[in-house]
Amino acid sequence: MPRVKVARKSTAIDMTAMCDVAFLLLTFFILTAKPRTEDPVPIDVPASTAEIPLPEENVLLLTVGQGKVFYTVEGTDIRKQTLEQMGEKYNIKFTPEQKQVFSGVPVLGVPMNQLQAFLNLDVDKRKEYKQPGIPNDTTANNELADWIRESRKAVASLHNKPLRISVKGDNKEEYPTIKKIIGIFQKQRIDKFSFITAVKNEPKK
Amino acid sequence: MAELDTSGGGKKGGKVRSKKASTRVDLTAMVDLAFLLITFFIMTTTLSKPKAMDVTMPRKDENQKDQLPVAASRSMTILLGANNKVEWFIGEPGKSAPETINYGKDGLRKILIEKGKEIQASTGKYMVVLIKPSDKSNYKNLVDALDEMAITKIESFAIVDILPAEVELLKRDGNY
Repeated sequence: MPRVKVARKSTAIDMTAMCDVAFLLLTFFILTAKPRTEDPVPIDVPASTAEIPLPEENVLLLTVGQGKVFYTVEGTDIRKQTLEQMGEKYNIKFTPEQKQVFSGVPVLGVPMNQLQAFLNLDVDKRKEYKQPGIPNDTTANNELADWIRESRKAVASLHNKPLRISVKGDNKEEYPTIKKIIGIFQKQRIDKFSFITAVKNEPKK
Repeated sequence: MAELDTSGGGKKGGKVRSKKASTRVDLTAMVDLAFLLITFFIMTTTLSKPKAMDVTMPRKDENQKDQLPVAASRSMTILLGANNKVEWFIGEPGKSAPETINYGKDGLRKILIEKGKEIQASTGKYMVVLIKPSDKSNYKNLVDALDEMAITKIESFAIVDILPAEVELLKRDGNY
């Protein structure tokens, strides 16, 4: 009986298709990726059954935790414009470098009088710097209200769209802080805003 | 990784041919790298997008002509107290005894559905809910209460400042 000779085959697999798929996925993830912004204070968002996703543009986000309020607005152009307007209002001249730095700062929680010093810090030091939160007293020193108003103006002039205001609060945050913020909104006639929540999967009723 | 030569020996002699180099490139390393990067991007992207719960506040207005009075019989007040407790009553404070309940399916939601139906049956109109968070309640309580409104499909509700008389009620029941 003749021995059946098994043809020797190459052990190399054709990787072309796999490579194609891998790079397709990679491209997709790179394009959709949005780096996670670190919260300056630990925030545990309450859950709700709300299902509307937060829009990506023209959003002002107030992060509330430990009695402090932090300010975020999407879009570097809006951030720059807002800073310029705030500078005019508080008579602070910002250098172009400071404006550049500001447009890259995701979360802001520094009073106006410390803002220049904060923007002059090194990148690493700025990350470590414990931001004290934006002053939001309802009486004289209400910088938060000014930030909100100037951002609304900036968005209206640059994008010609209304600014959506949203609040991201910590579970344990006491109500008076929230009440103060709602008070600021109401003074500016912002009657519609949103609370950011996590998803809760619960059967309805 | 080397490609195994499976072409066999070939003829001896004859013309000297220039050796045909394989056009195949070894892609293993490239795939490795691609998957590594994919893993990195999957890990760093936020998986669940945050959801927004819309809140509409009644406009604080000086001229009150657009406002309609609501009958006490169909207004329900929810007082958000400390320690995740809620007190509710129908009508004006002090006139009906408040009841202390919890948040959630068997507490607030049950009451809201029951009372909503009762009021609908007795007055023929929808129930109006006033949410009054006290200073001792926290943000989660407020979101929970608003969420219950969405779940029980109560359309008319408002977040209102708490009255001193209602704080007294909470204090009396040990929820402040």
